[in-house]
Formats: sequence, structure tokens, C-alpha cells
Amino acid sequence: MSIPYTKKILQYFLNPKNVGEIEDADATATEGSPSCGDQVKLFLKVDPETLTIKDVKFLSYGCASNIATASIITELAMGKTLEYAKNITWESANKELGGLPPVKVHCAILAVDALKSAIENYEHTHGLMKEKIPTDDKILIKRLRHVINPVAGKDVVSTKLVDSVQIKDGHVKIKVALASDHQFYNNISSEIIERLEPLWDVDKVEVIPNEN
Amino acid sequence: MKRIYLDNAASSRLDDDVLKVMLPYFTEMYAIPSSQFSHQDGIEVNDAIEDARDAVADYLNVKSSEIIFTSGETESNNLAIKGYARANASKGKHLITATNEHRSVLNTFKVLEKEGFKVTYVEVDEYGHIAPEDIKAALREDTILISIALVNHEVGTIQPLKEISGQLEDSQAVLHSNLTYGAGYLALDMGGLGLSLASLSTDKANGPKGAGVVFIKDKLKINRLFEGNFNEGYIRPGMVNVPSVMGFAAAVKMFQSNSDDIERISKLRDRMIEKLLKIENTVLNGPAVERVANNVNITFYRAEGESVVLHLDMKGISVVTGSACFSKSLEPSYVMMSMGFSHERAHGSIRATLSKYTTEDEIDRTVDAMSEVVQKLRDISPIK
Repeated sequence: MSIPYTKKILQYFLNPKNVGEIEDADATATEGSPSCGDQVKLFLKVDPETLTIKDVKFLSYGCASNIATASIITELAMGKTLEYAKNITWESANKELGGLPPVKVHCAILAVDALKSAIENYEHTHGLMKEKIPTDDKILIKRLRHVINPVAGKDVVSTKLVDSVQIKDGHVKIKVALASDHQFYNNISSEIIERLEPLWDVDKVEVIPNEN
Repeated sequence: MKRIYLDNAASSRLDDDVLKVMLPYFTEMYAIPSSQFSHQDGIEVNDAIEDARDAVADYLNVKSSEIIFTSGETESNNLAIKGYARANASKGKHLITATNEHRSVLNTFKVLEKEGFKVTYVEVDEYGHIAPEDIKAALREDTILISIALVNHEVGTIQPLKEISGQLEDSQAVLHSNLTYGAGYLALDMGGLGLSLASLSTDKANGPKGAGVVFIKDKLKINRLFEGNFNEGYIRPGMVNVPSVMGFAAAVKMFQSNSDDIERISKLRDRMIEKLLKIENTVLNGPAVERVANNVNITFYRAEGESVVLHLDMKGISVVTGSACFSKSLEPSYVMMSMGFSHERAHGSIRATLSKYTTEDEIDRTVDAMSEVVQKLRDISPIK
């Protein structure tokens, strides 16, 4: 057995595409994961008439799956409309790369998020933002679909690690189907907190383990 | 080109002479070591195992009856710690260890906590050192066991075991140490270090895998971990791994006259550290002195550890990192965090561990490769 990265991932790791800065970028976004330590910064140049991405570049402080995903995301977004680019998912990036090892998928999310955030930042600064929606269970679940279960390499919702979600007066409680001494409990709980805390009307996120 | 292997603290190449000692026990003397009332084949193997026990006792400066053979570091730590705590729980249920211990120690203590023992995890300083006063401060009337490794597995910190044992004079507590990362590099005199229990393996210093030792002073009361035949004083039932135990004994004999090797390895270590620190924005993790001869641990800021490791691997060099991306729990190295380091310092840490087979040319080529890889990664990093 060799390193569990596909040839394509290793190629992008060794020779990443669209690496660097755009000095007069129309929007940038930095996504970092405190639980992992990786960081991706993305730069966008947008045609204001057609709302298409004229140029996109990235910088990465992270592992091979982070660098490779950022690379493929920029390729998928280049020349596309903002509307299209917003809908590029980590699943599609993962597919393009030939499949990341399950335990590595969580590193790939950062690049996808950085692209989404950069587009949102552009929309915000150019008056294209839609109104704020109050957070409900549906929004929580949607966000939790970006937290990866490292055992399966799929999100925690579809792999049934989320027992229940609740939001009351800005206080979010997420019950997970993991004991606190599980190998990945610390990783998953901090990713959940990190994912839900930025919601505009959320003050506190509590992850509750299942010790039985 | 031949690969450069610098992960000896994980496991190392077997010494050729040790291999020669082991070989006959695979194909000629393969019987189960058995008592004098058995067949000749078993008796001969038993005699060999007892000679091995004598050699280990000589190395540790203890009695042969105080040596138990196991399968390695992890089993030895489990047996010494769980075995002593469970057998002596009537004397007290408080235990002490440190936050930077090996997982086979820390996870053993976690199991004991579930059984009702209380554990104090003493914190270490920025170099990974434990202050003997902190052990004294943590002592309670019901403390029965303290476990502190002689050498830290990740950053090579040598602990002041003698000073720590000196703090225990008025206490019933006994001191256990995982000696594995010092074996082959430091003198291991159990009386001198003040130890009542010890665990070791030789596989990090060119001994074989699959054999370990527990030293149990004066046959202190120890509960066995599992049931079986009456081998190893019925403290450790189960088949003795005869070839590996014979190799273990050959390795410790070799350790008794390896001062030239140690001197050469420490010079290589110093050469590597000195050269690496010339790369911008690098720091040494662990102490500059009181550091085991074969350990180098450096953080390259702004270059993520797993990426450094992968680049080096593709260049034929084997090292490891404390980065969260590299770990099985996706958390940064707890040893790095125990020293109060930032996430980033842990994330960019690289451990290279040498052996007597490491050459100066290998060290120089590794430093050059690291320098190139780190520059490449920093060029694409958003952190300035």
C-alpha cells in the first residue's frame, strides 16, 4: 500500500494551480479551522456586468488535501457565474480529485467555504445580499452537512452522528451519537461549534455527547 | 536511491549481531520454554530465556527474579500501572502522572479513572520538564503510584527521575518509569534512578520488536492482565516470544558498550539542529540540553507539518509531524500542547529520530530537502 492519495491529488499537491494573490481583488475570504489549524485564503476578480469570475487565486497553509482541493475549486470556478460557483460542493471537488481518504475530507471543506465566503463578501459589498433569515433546525442541519465524520468521509448528518438539534433564544444544542472519549469526538465537536457559531443570531453552541 | 529513515523512535532497523542471536530460535530452538520436568527441547529454551533474564537484570542492575518479559512497551506500561494500582488499591486510590506521557501510559490511567482511581496529571514546562516539587505538591496520603517516563517520546526531554524519587521518601507511593525512549542511550540503573517499577522495549535502539520487559522491585504485588499458563511467575501468562526476548537480551548487552555510537549520534543530532535553526522562522521543540541523543524536533512556522512530511516522503525521507492533519484523532500533538505551545507550533512540528545507522551525509541531505520544501510551502502560505 502507498500513501492513500490519488495520483491527481498528489499532482495538484506538487504543482498546485491558480496559486498566489490577486492584488486588486474584488473580494477575498480567509477560512481557517482552529481544530485542524489549516487556513485557505481566496481572491476573486469579478466582471460586474455578467457577474462571472474573471480570475480566482488561492494561498494555503495546510495539508495535501487542502492544497489539492483549493486548486481544483479554483479551476471549477474560473470563468463561471457567481450563482454557479456558489453551488460548487465539496462532493464535486472530491469527485474531481478521484476521492480523498475519508479521514481527509474535512480538510477539503475549507476551500469550498472560502469560495462561498468570497462570493458572499462580493455580494455584500455590491448590494446583492438577500435579507437575514432567522436560524431554525433546517439551517442548522444544512450547516452540519459541512461537518465531516472522519470515519466515513461523509457529513455527520448523513452518517447519523447527529441525534438532535435545537435552537432556543440563540442557544444551540446539538446531541451527537458519540461518547466523549471517542477518537474523533474532540475534532467533531469543535468543528460543529465552529460551523454554527458564526450564524448571526446564535450566541452559544453546545455539543452534547452520548455516553451510553 | 536508498531511503533515509529518521523515524527510529517509532521503531528501528534491527542490529545485525542481534539478528544472528535471534535466528536459531526460529528454526532450531523453537520449543516452548518449559520447566525441568519437560522434554529436552523445552528445557534448553528455558535455559536460554533465563540467561536472557540474567542479562537484562545485569543491565538494569537488579535481580533476575525482578524481570518479567512481555510483548513490548505498551503491554509493559499496562501491566506495571494497572497491575500495581489494582493490586494495591486497598492502600489508596490516588495516582500521579504527567500530561506529556506516552499514550500507552495516559490511556491506561484513563481506564483506571473509570475504575474509581483519582489521577493527577502534573503539567510540564515549555521544554517538557517535570519539576520534582510539582510531584511533591501533588502527593496525597492515598497516593500509591507515580509514573513518569525517563525520556519523552516526541521531544526527547530527559526527566530528573532521581530528584523525583527523592521527593517520595515520606510517601508510600512507588515510582514507575517508561524507560523505552532512553534504552540504548542512557544508563538505566534502577536503584540509582529510585525506581520500583519500570517498562522498556529495545526496538527504538536497534533491538527487536515484540519483546518488552517490566521490572518489578522485590516482587511488589502486581495483578496480571489476563489468564493462562503459569509463565513468567504467573504475572504475565502466555507464550514468551522467544526469538524477540533473546534479541532483547542481545540488544541490552550491546547497550552496555555503545558509548562511541551515542557520542556520534549526539553529534549528528547537534549538527542537524544547528543547520535547521539557520532556516528562517524555525524553533527547536524540547530542551537544548538534557535531551536524548537521537531526537530532533523542529517547528517550521508557516509550513504545515503534514505537507512537509509528504514532500519529504516523496523525496525518500521518513520523518513524522505533530500536525493535527497527521494524527489519528485529527488533533495536534498533545505533547506539543502540553508544553503550552500554540496550535501553529504543533502544526508545523517535525520529528526526526536517528539511530546508529544514520550517517552525516543523510543528515545533510535531509536538511537540504527540508529547507527546499519549507520554502516551497511558505511561498503558497496565506500566513505572512
